[in-house]
Amino acid sequence: MSDPLLDVRDLVVRYGQVTAVDGVSFSLAAGETLALNGPSGCGKSSTALAVLQLRRPDSGEVRFEGRELTTLPEPELRPLRPRMQPVFQDPYGSLSPRHRIRDAIAEPLKVQGRWDPEKGPARVAELLDRVGLDPAYGDRRPHELSGGQCQRAGIARALASDPRLLVLDEPVSSLDPSVRAGVLNLLADLQDDLGLGYLFICHDRAVVRHVADRVIEMREGRVTSG
Amino acid sequence: MASEALLSVRDLRIAFDGVEAVRGLSFDVRPREALAIVGESGAGKSLTARALLGMLPRGATTSGTISPDLSAHRGRRISLVPQDALSALSPVHPVGDQLAAAVRSVAGVSRKEARARAVAALDRVGIPDAARRARAYPHEYSGGMRQRAVIAMATINEPDIVVADEPTTALDEERRDQVLRLLAEQRAAVDAALVLVTHDMDVVQGHADRVLVMYAGRLTELGPADEVLARPRAPYTAGLLASLPQHAPPGRRLPALRGTPPVPGALPPGCAFAPRCPLAAEACHTAEPEPRQAAGRLVACHRWEELPHPATELFLKERQPV
Repeated sequence: MSDPLLDVRDLVVRYGQVTAVDGVSFSLAAGETLALNGPSGCGKSSTALAVLQLRRPDSGEVRFEGRELTTLPEPELRPLRPRMQPVFQDPYGSLSPRHRIRDAIAEPLKVQGRWDPEKGPARVAELLDRVGLDPAYGDRRPHELSGGQCQRAGIARALASDPRLLVLDEPVSSLDPSVRAGVLNLLADLQDDLGLGYLFICHDRAVVRHVADRVIEMREGRVTSG
Repeated sequence: MASEALLSVRDLRIAFDGVEAVRGLSFDVRPREALAIVGESGAGKSLTARALLGMLPRGATTSGTISPDLSAHRGRRISLVPQDALSALSPVHPVGDQLAAAVRSVAGVSRKEARARAVAALDRVGIPDAARRARAYPHEYSGGMRQRAVIAMATINEPDIVVADEPTTALDEERRDQVLRLLAEQRAAVDAALVLVTHDMDVVQGHADRVLVMYAGRLTELGPADEVLARPRAPYTAGLLASLPQHAPPGRRLPALRGTPPVPGALPPGCAFAPRCPLAAEACHTAEPEPRQAAGRLVACHRWEELPHPATELFLKERQPV
């Protein structure tokens, strides 16, 4: 079997005296959805931040595409960051209220020095189309979109970096019920087409049962099953 | 039928700056029943609940009738369990004092008696060592204990109606079921009716006797909860239920409603659900359907008789090419 996309070993995250993540291990293959399930405060989101190296773990290993990230200094980590992208729970909170949607989607490409003024706008339109949004929405600002449309825009921005791994932290929990299924279908389609690995954090067991290939249950910072 | 209503709402309309968010809603609340009002953002469910309490935001204009008007007896005959238990409690007063104040605001009892009732109420909702805990401040309570304290406050004056506005939205599943059970138990103990406002169809199951489904400020379907869940008659209700992962057929794709709920003030012509409805015909785009008696409930749909059962297939579309 080939190397997993993501391999996490004995992950520990502490906030002062509190150990939020206490020796968590799992691995995830390309094209696979691994769900992290558990009640509020069990350490799901802290695990996500540590995997993304947005908060460096206190100990343990995070191996992504075969490279150990926890010991990499930031300059060496930076070229790897586009390949692992977060999608957050609050679709409004994760997009700047002052930026038009098309600028929000173009921004990661500009930051990464990959923006092509000729082909860039067409790429943004293609990304919007890919997540089921009319490219005309690119002119709008987040408050002019519904929650579901905003979450689609957030997914388009994550895709702009050509990631291999999406870390989805409660991606449908704040959506209206009638749009939730559409976003879950979109995520399934993208995974089928692009072979993305999903680390899918969710407290809703019914959603988890539907989307996940495998499930890890967490409680008080530890894996209790899976 | 009218004689058995505890409270009757007739042609309720709530507008802001001339834009109607609730557009002619009629329903009854019956004694001791649990009535769930289900809808998505912008459906008008919370505004409806706030209107019962006389707690509409400033700038709202209303028409229609709510009888009897219990808003003058808020805290005594009608009470609220809000979504956010922390902000419902004053941070600078001990929890017991806040409950005692609620008692004294409606009943001419001594401080000592009010205090005893507060401790008893905290004890009833399962706060351990209630006499001591009554002297603690909200920040010294866990999230679950605060939720319990707020439920204790809503039932302490034995109201006729407890309105719970998304009481479990911020909670995980385990806590959600605990809170709903406690709410059911406490309001049953004082013979109060419950108006449970939620966007979550799952909450209706096992926690409501009747369900009122709202869409874009109007009644879509109103009937016995178990019957509506088992066999929805309005396409919107059917689509919502079909798209729940727990009801979905196995496979990668879920049945899904297309589009998004409309925004008040930018409603499509005819039935507000028509642009998203797989059954919509020409009439649906021109005339808004009125609620009518159908299959033992109220349904507002021109084409409810055409709705297949189960309706899953209607909402199970092949993926769009990308």
